[in-house]
Amino acid sequence: MSILIDTQKCNGCGKCREVCPGSLLYKNSKGKTEIKFPKDCWGCTSCVKECNFNAIKYYLGADIGGRGSFMYTKQEGNLLHWIIVAPDGTEKVISIDKSQANAY
Amino acid sequence: MKLAAQKIETDILIIGGGTAGCYAALTIAERQAEVTVLIAEKANIKRSGCLAAGVNALNAYIVPGQTPESYLEYVKNDAEGLIREDLVLSMAARLNQVTKKVEELGLVIQKDNNGEYVARGNRNIKINGENIKTILADAVTQKPNIKVLNRVNITDYIIKEGKIIGAYGFSLDSADFYVISAKSVICATGGAAGLYRPNNPGLSRHKMWYSPFNTGAGYAMGIRAGAEMTTFEMRFIALRCKDTIAPTGTIAQGVGAQQINSLGEEYEKNYGSPKTCNRLYSTVMENKNGKGPCYLNTVGITANQESELFKAYLNMAPAQTLRWFENGCGPAEADVEIEGTEPYIVGGHTASGYWVDTRRASTIPGLYAAGDVAGGCPQKYVTGCFAEGEIAALSALEYIEEKTNEWPSNAEVEESKASIDNYLSGEQGIYNIEDVEDAMQKVMDDYAGGISSGYTYNLPKLKVARERIDELIKLSNSLKAKDLHELMSIYEVIDRLYVCKVLIEHLAARKETRWHSFQENADYPDKDDTNWLKYVNSRFVNGEVNLILRDLVKRDEIYEHTH
Repeated sequence: MSILIDTQKCNGCGKCREVCPGSLLYKNSKGKTEIKFPKDCWGCTSCVKECNFNAIKYYLGADIGGRGSFMYTKQEGNLLHWIIVAPDGTEKVISIDKSQANAY
Repeated sequence: MKLAAQKIETDILIIGGGTAGCYAALTIAERQAEVTVLIAEKANIKRSGCLAAGVNALNAYIVPGQTPESYLEYVKNDAEGLIREDLVLSMAARLNQVTKKVEELGLVIQKDNNGEYVARGNRNIKINGENIKTILADAVTQKPNIKVLNRVNITDYIIKEGKIIGAYGFSLDSADFYVISAKSVICATGGAAGLYRPNNPGLSRHKMWYSPFNTGAGYAMGIRAGAEMTTFEMRFIALRCKDTIAPTGTIAQGVGAQQINSLGEEYEKNYGSPKTCNRLYSTVMENKNGKGPCYLNTVGITANQESELFKAYLNMAPAQTLRWFENGCGPAEADVEIEGTEPYIVGGHTASGYWVDTRRASTIPGLYAAGDVAGGCPQKYVTGCFAEGEIAALSALEYIEEKTNEWPSNAEVEESKASIDNYLSGEQGIYNIEDVEDAMQKVMDDYAGGISSGYTYNLPKLKVARERIDELIKLSNSLKAKDLHELMSIYEVIDRLYVCKVLIEHLAARKETRWHSFQENADYPDKDDTNWLKYVNSRFVNGEVNLILRDLVKRDEIYEHTH
């Protein structure tokens, strides 16, 4: 389980570093955030949801069925949009209204 | 690098700012605003602990038509009778009031037209729990008398004249060694993951059910301090979606999916009553008998049901939704493969943890335990951890009346600091932290009933595990850390080794099989109510795990320790 951080998009704000429950994210010498211990990621997506710059891509390891897609999120008021990007670049968006309970 | 000692004084120290710890802090702040509370959290309370990704439902709630007593009966039946009824009942009695409180803090709970919560089954209610932890953290940070020390790893309790008077710890960000004096300490560190070789040992080694950052610190500190522990042998092993280790209950309860084998046969009913351990055991046995893979039979659910499942998983275990997209088809078109996880020690699901009295006091004066670290009370889940946090907080408040802060001697502080400094200086030996962790997980998997043996163990194997874990504890003394994160990693592996050491003795002690898979003793394959309706407890004294067998505590008893 892990994430990839796009160093072009990351502005080094540190919001993701603050919330990682494993304290796995650190600032590198260029002021950008990097995941220092990729194998220690739980996959909780706390960092993904903190990032306002869509810089953090959440993906599945090939050992658990990953085939190259990734996800990121966008917040819009009460809506949390999950954008799933396939290897061919096609996108699927699932929007969740945070004011609504799960159906199941 | 050498650490510099910093002294901090507080009325009540809470170790761990997760579910139970945050709720305990809020309880204290609301009851007695003049009492100072310090939460020491190894990450950041905003997303730390088990609820980082969110939670799908509240699974411990007294829905209309049910009572705390009926909840107790459910827990007792599921745990084959071996629970502390006083603890379960006192927890169950508070479930609804803590739920109301968290709703007031901002948690979305589904209601019907009459304003009643919508039930999901007999004990569950529907929520949007993606942000449950941030809601708790926001409430905590608004209380002026609660101070939060994020990114501080607590290493051990401070003991004086047989009482707990605080704890030692270090910062992940600066070379600070904390000496924290408290009139009372509430341990809420959570349980222990990472003891056994995990399902996905490679890149995704931390894609596990329980938080991989809950490494048994609270258990290990209690063990080293000589606190009595209970029922470690009742391990928890979750039945999960294959690979992503995402929950199965959401599918099973949400769309009524049954467990089937590769022949399409529903098999669970062939393995005894529908208990938590039997759902897992039946799947293990079907695989063993050549009938795997096993699945949740979801093919044929509606497009709407599938869409709601995608959302439900994004709110708690997003990897599963991504996996469905990676597969190119969702649960309506393909059944969901299931597997058992590696074993965990976790008192919120089973009964492992501190042996506490009805007021959640440990056997060491001044120390209380709540949530996954507290034993005797399975099926707490989120709301039960809130309830225990509340009970422990009220007990700690009563305890600190007339108490003053005490401090360890300078010599004791220096000795503790030197033991930490030792890991930060000198040359790394042959083995690094990861080598010791891998060795521990392999030993536990091979010899103490891990995934590879279908969770089964016997005494000859446990004897090997016992020797190897003792060797690894010795080896861990020579580990070295290049930075503060590695220092935390050293403590995480040492803490787990202590949990393993105690776990092995508990597994050996129970000469029956009480819970299939959770505790599968090949030397004694049957349940033995005549001799083993007893708690297996232990205390670690002078380097030895001393076992204590105790008789069952009844529901109407107020259990008190007799020191």
